[in-house]
Amino acid sequence: MRLRGWAGDLAMGVRFAFAGGREGWTRAVLTAVGVGLGVALLLLTTAVPSALSARDKRSTARDDFTYSGKVLPKKDDTLIIGRADTTFRSTDVRGRLLEPEGVKAPLPPGVGKFPGKGEMVVSPALQDLLKSDSGKLLRERLPYRVVGTIGHSGVIGPAELAYYAGATGLEDHLAAGSAERINYFGPSPQHQQDQLDPILILLIMIIFVVLLLPVGVFIAAAVRFGGERRDRRLAALRLVGADGRMARRIAGGEALAGALLGLVLGSVFFLAGRQLAGVLVVRDISVFPSDLNPSPALVALIAVAVPAAAVLVTLFALRGVVIEPLGVVRTAKPPRRRLWWRLLLPLGGLALLYPMIGQGRTNGNFNEGMVISGTVLLLIGVTALLPWIVEATVARLNSGSVSWQLAVRRLQLSSGSAARMVNGIAVAVAGAIALQMLFAGVEHDYVKATDNNLRRAQLQINVEGSVRPADVRGQLADTKGVRSALALATGSAGNKAKDPANSTEVGVGSCAELREVAQLPSCHKGDVFQILGTGYDDDTKKLAKPGTTLWFDGGTDVRTTSWKLPAGIKTAAQREDPTGYERGGLLFASGALPEATVAGLNQQVFVALDPSVPDAREYARNTAARLDPLADVYMLTSGKVDLQFRAIRNGLFVGATCVLLLIGASLLVSQLEQLRERKKLLSSLVAFGTRRRTLSLSVLWQTAIPIALGLLLASVVGLTLGAVLLEMVDSTISVDWASVLSMTAIGAGVVLAVTLLSLPPLLRLMRPDGLRTE
Amino acid sequence: MTPAGSLLVADELRKAYGPTVALDGAEFSIHPGEVVAVMGPSGSGKSTLLHCLAGIVTPDSGSITYNGSEMATMSDAERSRLRRSEFGFVFQFGQLVPELTCVENVALPLRLNGTSRKEAERAALTWMERLEVDDLRKKRPGEVSGGQGQRVAVARALVTNPRVLFADEPTGALDSLNGERVMELLTDAARSTNAAVVLVTHEARVAAYSDREIVVRDGKSRDMERVV
Amino acid sequence: MSIGHTLLGLLESGPRHGYDLKRAFDEKFGHDRPLHYGQVYSTMSRLLKNGLVEVDGIEAGGGPERKRYAITDAGITDVERWLATPETPEPYLQSTLYTKVVLALLTHRDAADILDTQRSEHLRMMRILTDRKRKGDLADQLICDHALFHLEADLRWLELTAARLDKLAEAVAK
Repeated sequence: MRLRGWAGDLAMGVRFAFAGGREGWTRAVLTAVGVGLGVALLLLTTAVPSALSARDKRSTARDDFTYSGKVLPKKDDTLIIGRADTTFRSTDVRGRLLEPEGVKAPLPPGVGKFPGKGEMVVSPALQDLLKSDSGKLLRERLPYRVVGTIGHSGVIGPAELAYYAGATGLEDHLAAGSAERINYFGPSPQHQQDQLDPILILLIMIIFVVLLLPVGVFIAAAVRFGGERRDRRLAALRLVGADGRMARRIAGGEALAGALLGLVLGSVFFLAGRQLAGVLVVRDISVFPSDLNPSPALVALIAVAVPAAAVLVTLFALRGVVIEPLGVVRTAKPPRRRLWWRLLLPLGGLALLYPMIGQGRTNGNFNEGMVISGTVLLLIGVTALLPWIVEATVARLNSGSVSWQLAVRRLQLSSGSAARMVNGIAVAVAGAIALQMLFAGVEHDYVKATDNNLRRAQLQINVEGSVRPADVRGQLADTKGVRSALALATGSAGNKAKDPANSTEVGVGSCAELREVAQLPSCHKGDVFQILGTGYDDDTKKLAKPGTTLWFDGGTDVRTTSWKLPAGIKTAAQREDPTGYERGGLLFASGALPEATVAGLNQQVFVALDPSVPDAREYARNTAARLDPLADVYMLTSGKVDLQFRAIRNGLFVGATCVLLLIGASLLVSQLEQLRERKKLLSSLVAFGTRRRTLSLSVLWQTAIPIALGLLLASVVGLTLGAVLLEMVDSTISVDWASVLSMTAIGAGVVLAVTLLSLPPLLRLMRPDGLRTE
Repeated sequence: MTPAGSLLVADELRKAYGPTVALDGAEFSIHPGEVVAVMGPSGSGKSTLLHCLAGIVTPDSGSITYNGSEMATMSDAERSRLRRSEFGFVFQFGQLVPELTCVENVALPLRLNGTSRKEAERAALTWMERLEVDDLRKKRPGEVSGGQGQRVAVARALVTNPRVLFADEPTGALDSLNGERVMELLTDAARSTNAAVVLVTHEARVAAYSDREIVVRDGKSRDMERVV
Repeated sequence: MSIGHTLLGLLESGPRHGYDLKRAFDEKFGHDRPLHYGQVYSTMSRLLKNGLVEVDGIEAGGGPERKRYAITDAGITDVERWLATPETPEPYLQSTLYTKVVLALLTHRDAADILDTQRSEHLRMMRILTDRKRKGDLADQLICDHALFHLEADLRWLELTAARLDKLAEAVAK
């Protein structure tokens, strides 16, 4: 019977939500949109792992290079594949040259037929790029005719740029490693899934907590949209004979209706967002809509938890409220908020995190349960502490301008709802500060500083021996936007053709080019130098004797040409090349070695670009590709970020942006709702001459005061959590003030944006039409 | 046409809200210290006339002269300043700021004019005493009765010593005893400060507190004194 | 208003001279219209004749006759009966104003004008009463309120008629 009564009341509430006239509808829809946005974000988050694993699967399925070091014999099921990756502007292009050697040669995934020589199949995104104006330079780099597109199974994301081009003569490159003979596509036997480091797992766990918690807070706030009007309707229900408990349950039913509608809307938003994901590229990562599939268990959890939470939050919110037949009475003096139990939450969180300190790097994995619940408690603590802080602070605020007085008095009367509005932002900011601190603390482990000297060169191009050094030098130097191109033929030299006992690196180039990699006392055509100073290099000394026969090799381990060292070897000192490398070994000024010997070496070119020429880099890359499609072009950078680390950091940025936008939206909704309720009052204030500025400022204060308090609390909690997390991973604790400031600034920016966005409706409401009594 | 010595004069006012014509050539004039009732059936344009006279709404055409200057040519800021310092307002309901205490509500117009808080609240209290609501100073509007709230509103309207007091159905939400008390206090206070009162009402018993009445019908006004 | 019953009622608290009666009446009920002494005299002689009062004594002295009257048992009964009998409400079915409005419509004169003028006149009266009420005591207030409510009722009728003039014009034209 009890249960039936409950169900009946809830059902009546649901009916009221939809049949309650325009007001009921507006409220239900408002709640539903809020809940829907939250649900969509939840679904999206739960779908991310599946999307990533689908990407990963397709990526593994097209693995080609085995790096086994062995060359397969040529058969009718083999294929030579050459790596022709390039970068266009800042986007990577995956390029492969294919040379099938038999009828049974394996086709890469997503490719139906091998492209012939001079032809290529491209990913849809590359096809679009090549057709567009902005792709003109890339078109020049890929001188192949497009004969088809790569299917879904062959690209990892809709925005991926990839191509397979037909080629011949790749066999010559087999030895150098830029081409390989394979007989299947897919994971190589040595392929190993990268094991995520425990600290990265910790980061991911915290990111999920930090992103999902504000969404939860947001949903809780959304089911309370339009509360004041609802209260009036509840009073009317009491008037016709519902008892207090029934009224409460009916209110719960209304929230349920909103939440259920929200689930539907959320699914719609999610499906729409999923389609959008197809066209959205976030920092090089794009996802196929069909890959975004939340796991059924999580979907079921959301479907049950969200409506249940909606009812519970409503009942909880109404606990201090007496619904009388003639109106809703908030128990005259709301009980003063107590501090002690609010403090228990964050302290409990700290207690859970404390035992984790010092684990991770030295003692294996963290206990996921404890880390997550500790973090959750600490962050939930923000939502528990904030109402107390707002109440305590606002009660002490006084005097000031009219706008300040209006805002402060309003906050004193309803500090709870003000705090509720800010909770989401405070939690998000606290979490983000902690994460930023953790990131900054562990960053040096994952971001490697390079020794590149960007003043001397910005590109390094490696070309295999098949291209003449003079061509490399000349063509690159003639390329638009290239200031200088210093080419060095590099390789190694040993004392025997096979398995030499002593070997050393060699470099060949003009005097100017050699000076780039060593300090030469003097230099003339045909000079030979030995570089001394590389501590443990004994081989050079042994080899650098007149009369020694050297066997040269361009990196293929096959030494085909030999040459006898002349007398008069000069000594040179070390110098860092533009990549920061200090080479040793032997250097030969042009003319010292016979051309045939030099031809077997590889070319290493340091290219300095003219920064005033737009796309200078792309012209240089085009030239490199023309010289040799398999040429490697590296952009010299000052820092190199570990890829996994970068992906996680990207995820955080994307997530935090979504969450803050969502919260901003909810702030805006409640702000507008509050303004609408006060339409008549606003008009009468305007009637007796209140300046618009005064009212606008009071709206600003009203948001800014709780937000400032929220951000303050968020900073304290965030810094504490960050410090604990850093202790856990054994990093020295240092406060990253820049990130604290930037996170609080973003939070403050949201407030400002919300205030600005609510100004036009405020100004409209302040028009005297509000005084008309219809 | 304009009667000499008038404080506020309106001529040939026209105002339409979309297709609804609210005023269609209405006229009005009032002397200092005079109480003029604006009567007429609901929807006749009474409130719109008041809103136009008070500079809250700008008429589509016609002229409104306050103290010799044309209101139509004033900027919104100037009209706001006028409303703040020269006019006072009492509406039917929903005009007190619910978060502020009664005395803060009464002091509000003075504070908008830049008076210090202490001084504004002292002046407010004087007016609250006159309207017999000084014991409510610490209460919030939600805690006082309708009649008391309306007296607080009258005190607020008078606190700046306005030269014109606009009252739109000031007793509309009150019973007759409370309504009459409010009207008595309002007209006494206005007379003692020589303020003009524009009183929009549909109740004859409220209009009886006026010196003369004009009738608005279908957006046109009729000054009964000049007719008689 | 029955002056006889009122004077009888005033006598119930004790015997009075004719002049006292007039003064008491004027004070309590007279307001605008004080009684003439002759009215008191003629009423008292009628009551005397009907046995509702009796002469309690005559004071000697110059000037007018100074009879002292006292109420009889029959008189008390009569007052009681009068108070217990409800007043017949006025039917107000014969309205001059209505007649004027209809005539104006029939002769194609401006009926709204008549109503406006009448409203103005009513309001003028209400203003006088309101003013008196503000200055007077409770008795003044009550009596003025009585009048004000009646006038207000007239005005309401007036507004209603004004709002229905078009319909009335149609009905009259038939």
